[in-house]
Amino acid sequence: MAAPDLFFWLCSAVLMLSSVFVVSARSLVHAVFFLILAFLNAAGLFILLGAEFLGMMMLIVYVGAVAVLFLFVVMTLDTGRPGGSLRARLPAALAAGAILLLELAFVAVAGGPGGSPEPLPGGVSNTRALGRLIYTDYAALFELAGAILLVAMIGAIVLAHRYRPGVRRQNPVRQFGRRQGESIRLEDPAVGAGVSEQGR
Amino acid sequence: MLDAVLTVLQVTALILLVVVPLLLCVAYLTLAERKILAAAHRRRGPNVVGPFGLLQPFADGLKMLAKETVIPSRANRVVFVLAPVVTFTLSLAAWAVIPVSERVVLADINVGVLYLFAISSLAVYGIIMAGWASNSKYPFLGALRSAAQMVSYEVSIGFVIVTVVLCAGSLNLTEIVRAQEKIWYVVPLLPMAVVFFISSLAETNRAPFDLPEDEAALVAGYATEYSSMLFTMFFLGEYASMILMSAMGTILFLGGWLPLPGTAALALPGFVWFALKTAFLLFLFLWVRATLPRYRYDQLMRIGWKVFLPLSLAWVVLTAGALVAFDALPGGK
Repeated sequence: MAAPDLFFWLCSAVLMLSSVFVVSARSLVHAVFFLILAFLNAAGLFILLGAEFLGMMMLIVYVGAVAVLFLFVVMTLDTGRPGGSLRARLPAALAAGAILLLELAFVAVAGGPGGSPEPLPGGVSNTRALGRLIYTDYAALFELAGAILLVAMIGAIVLAHRYRPGVRRQNPVRQFGRRQGESIRLEDPAVGAGVSEQGR
Repeated sequence: MLDAVLTVLQVTALILLVVVPLLLCVAYLTLAERKILAAAHRRRGPNVVGPFGLLQPFADGLKMLAKETVIPSRANRVVFVLAPVVTFTLSLAAWAVIPVSERVVLADINVGVLYLFAISSLAVYGIIMAGWASNSKYPFLGALRSAAQMVSYEVSIGFVIVTVVLCAGSLNLTEIVRAQEKIWYVVPLLPMAVVFFISSLAETNRAPFDLPEDEAALVAGYATEYSSMLFTMFFLGEYASMILMSAMGTILFLGGWLPLPGTAALALPGFVWFALKTAFLLFLFLWVRATLPRYRYDQLMRIGWKVFLPLSLAWVVLTAGALVAFDALPGGK
């Protein structure tokens, strides 16, 4: 057994196990940690398949950004343990799993829309090949995906933003423009005189 | 099966060849920091252990080893212990792709820059895990600050990397250094080099952006509950990632192992140049720490999102436009 095979089995086994723990972990934070572990191993599988660009994107986008925000939300929300037993949710979970399994089986049998993957023409790194496809043949779809993300982002801001009057804002330009002469004033108060007698 | 074992052994030996010198560098970086801070304060710094205090880092290390590891009773034990391990491992893992000289690199992968970026974006997990597992409010606040800070500054580092990659035409670090044979990128891309340096201060939680361990407000931030070896691992991880960011700066902007223009006659080996440039950037890190006061949190966020992000985005567009206009886009296949 060669080293890549060893790593393939290792990544797959950890991926499957951690996926199970994502669903069965008692604490939500632990579930997110297992989700991150699953992402890491999926990235490892991508790299073993020779799709190093996708693997790195998986790490940067899912692990480095999305999961951090997940963790942020789960850690700051005081959720405690989710209610309900596993048994009560079993039918719905089984149905969802069965649908996914059917879809996967269908793709495996029918071979997906593009047929079987073709090997890259010699000497082209897969980053370059991917870029060439995305920005030429699928440019419209790519732009559309970008637009959808933009709309989602603006929508989230519009929904979550509240206008609060009376907020005291920092004004960095004014703060940096302050000089000693206008911020410090030396006084020489008379004995027994209070602030109100200083004439200001 | 024997092949696999042999491969694993060989790779382990190579990894040790990278990691052991790196740990020595980390040890002496801590000494350099204390010496440089001392010079800035007009003090002598450590000078008792060994000649010029040269054995001080080892004395410190032994002291840390001999201390008792305290795990708070209400902490989540597994995650608490795992957090420093994650920080430390990640700061070492990134060195797999750093080319210290021509062809002297552990793994010369096609997407080296992305690998570095990915590893540095994972570094935030060590800190978040520490903050959460400590089950105590100051570490938690430190962890939240750190997560927000590191995620924010990664965005501008990403755009800086995109600009360099546009000019070099490759994601491979060796290729990026080779592309600088005519001119180091620090000259045409000076604003981006500045943005990268400041963002790398924020990314490694160094002064003036060391808010996650703001001792005046948060005790020691995420590291409050840590002691002994576990604390040492955080400490070593932080310094290793400082060296890593300096090495990244060297590769992206200062021409990696290439000699200073006009000094090719000296015929110094490549790794010496690489080490000199990295040491120069590290000196800047320490100099900044000795000079600048800590930023306020809102100022930190404002610089990241309202100054660096638009600036670096504009430079990406500008660079791409200039390269297309002058037909200088590095192409190839």
